[in-house]
Amino acid sequence: MKQVLEGSHAVSEAVRLARVQVISAYPITPQTHIVEAISAFCADGTMDARFLCVESEHSAMAAVIAAASTGVRAFTATSSHGLAYMHELLHWAAAARLPIVMAEVNRALGPGWNIWMDQTDSLSQRDTGWIQLYCEDGQDVLDTTLMAFRLAEAVHLPVMVVLDAFYLSHTFEPVDVPRQNQVDRFLPPLVPRISLDTAHPRVLNQMAPPGVYMEMRYNIQTAMAQVPRRLTQYQKEFRAIFDRPPGDAVEAVQCEDAEVVLVTSGTISSTCRQVISDLRSRGEKIGMLKIKMFRPFPIALVRRFLGAARKVAVVDRNFSFGASGVFAQELRAALCNLDGHPPVFGYIAGLGGRDVTPDTLVEIYRRTQDCPTPPEESIWIGLNQEVVQSWYN
Amino acid sequence: MVQLDIPPNDYINPGHLGCPGCGATLAMKFALKALGEKTVVVIPASCWGVIAGPYPQSALQVPVLQMAFATAGAAASGVRAALDMKGDTATTVLSWAGDGGTFDIGFQSLSGAVERNEDCIFVCYDNEAYMNTGVQRSSSTPYGTRTTTTPGQGWKKTRKKNMVEALAAHRIPYAATASIAFPEDLICKFQKAKDLRGGSRFIHILAPCPTGWGIASDMSVKIARLAVQTNVFPLYEVQDGLKYTLNYQGGRPVQDYLQVQGRFKHLTGADCDQIQQKVDEDWELLRGKAGIYVDPAAARAREQRQCKSKARKS
Ligand SMILES: Cc1ncc(C[n+]2csc(CCOP(=O)(O)OP(=O)(O)O)c2C)c(N)n1
Ligand code: SF4
Ligand SMILES: [Mg+2]
Repeated sequence: MKQVLEGSHAVSEAVRLARVQVISAYPITPQTHIVEAISAFCADGTMDARFLCVESEHSAMAAVIAAASTGVRAFTATSSHGLAYMHELLHWAAAARLPIVMAEVNRALGPGWNIWMDQTDSLSQRDTGWIQLYCEDGQDVLDTTLMAFRLAEAVHLPVMVVLDAFYLSHTFEPVDVPRQNQVDRFLPPLVPRISLDTAHPRVLNQMAPPGVYMEMRYNIQTAMAQVPRRLTQYQKEFRAIFDRPPGDAVEAVQCEDAEVVLVTSGTISSTCRQVISDLRSRGEKIGMLKIKMFRPFPIALVRRFLGAARKVAVVDRNFSFGASGVFAQELRAALCNLDGHPPVFGYIAGLGGRDVTPDTLVEIYRRTQDCPTPPEESIWIGLNQEVVQSWYN
Repeated sequence: MVQLDIPPNDYINPGHLGCPGCGATLAMKFALKALGEKTVVVIPASCWGVIAGPYPQSALQVPVLQMAFATAGAAASGVRAALDMKGDTATTVLSWAGDGGTFDIGFQSLSGAVERNEDCIFVCYDNEAYMNTGVQRSSSTPYGTRTTTTPGQGWKKTRKKNMVEALAAHRIPYAATASIAFPEDLICKFQKAKDLRGGSRFIHILAPCPTGWGIASDMSVKIARLAVQTNVFPLYEVQDGLKYTLNYQGGRPVQDYLQVQGRFKHLTGADCDQIQQKVDEDWELLRGKAGIYVDPAAARAREQRQCKSKARKS
């Protein structure tokens, strides 16, 4: 049934429908609406689940790790400083091979305090072993959250469902909320790979000497490598049950003949769709590659869709200091061993909640068109030089 | 010879990785005797993380969840929540942390868990320093101790944090101290804690560490006993953060306890006198608390009796 839902509540609805059994979370703007709705579901009996109101994000992640280790479906949500605070346990959750799902609302890190959209929080967790899926709109949020549980439980790795602060978390859109029996068909009850059980005592997460540690790490990568195939398989099932396609790992929009392909993620992709339709109607050859799945990085798909592109312009709403935008880095790494790969331009835009408008994307398109080869450094769009100069550096 | 009344069952395997004479290992042995096989143990980073054995071995015959250093309280809560959701309210969740994992880095998570009154038993096996990383001071390290981060004349000049008091301030349903030198008392307290389901329980065990304390491996139990006999580590229980019960009355001079340990070797007579003063002060405070508590129901009844007798008189 179509409902007008806030992006945050699209997460909460999916968590309810997924019959999650243990939730633990700590509030941080702009994640709060997600967990408030889930708290209400638990309080009024809509969900048969325990909500642990812990005293920090570190404890929230510890509690869901412990719950998942005891064999139940577990969920948490956070953002920005909360995610950074969890860092140690993000590694722990993945290496313990637990199918935890977390909603992560992309928000800037301080100082200065800034509650608005920025991807640096989630992207700086890229080496923790979490699958990362970025969402474009409210429907995508609900669908991706359901898919996240399915994927996590198939490959025994945790999944981060990532949504833009405010542009997505606090925006109301029509969302098709499936029926419980449909979700039950898509997402059968959890069959835990491991579980603390007094009838079958075992030790979890114990000391792993050099003779076994490396193999454990290799197995995490093997599980990661299975994700694209699994995603394709579950997309088919998803479409059959819910009668709509869930988001692809990457989506290519008019890339075939494009002179410039913009690479996007999150809600910027929707803006970009508008820009493509405007510019195409004037005969301009622009395309877009939206990256939904950041971990595992979809190397094969990126090569397939961008290998023959003329120019690639990556729009990064994040920055890795001393290097470049993170999507640009990953994309260059994916393409570098491909003969005749296209030049990759790296743009930085929209940090800390600054709007990325159609004009911003048109500017990126034009600058890429006009420039024969990419500069070494990232190109920062829309900097106010007066502020730059007045700030200490 | 006195025959101790100790359950014969054992849930700890020979071949664990504790040092000879490790008090922490003995403490676990006794605790599990009381709790039995329907127990899940949560162990944060600590010596016990090593004692429990490397992959693919285990020192324990019950399930163990090893966790990151700061997380014992939250992780035990997560196990409890999941067991409850599975309909298993009978299994005991035992959080087993060192003093670092309880007094310091794990304090926040423990405080949160106890404030939520999680249905778990939280244990601190206290060897009074970070032993796993090589005997660095913790906030449980007593005044006067030399550790690798309080070396030479920089021996620790501040008091040991009083953890039972901190938990009593949370109005935890049950808090107690225990000692490996009083196994019957220890086992009895664990049985009591096990039976007090439905809320948080905390047991603080002094666990001498030959390696970190500079004592011979056959001295652990003797020194644990001296700690109680000198009132350095009194045995007592606190119910609901209010009702104190003293289990043992010591009185030997603190000097007897200090002089047999390498970690206190540098202390002068004057230093020992100062420590004696602190111990006496703490002991009096505790005795006071044990005497102060008045059961509100009994107090009301007494007041009513007084009122009635006044009424009769007038
Ligand atoms: C976040 C973090 N910081 C530091 C460490 C290193 N570390 C492991 S065990 C330990 C000390 C443990 O002390 P305690 O809790 O008293 O247990 P003990 O080893 O004395 O039995 C430290 C500092 C760690 N594992 N994790
Ligand atoms: S260092 Fe101390 S606490 Fe650690 S195992 Fe050895 S004796 Fe036990
Ligand atoms: Mg210690």
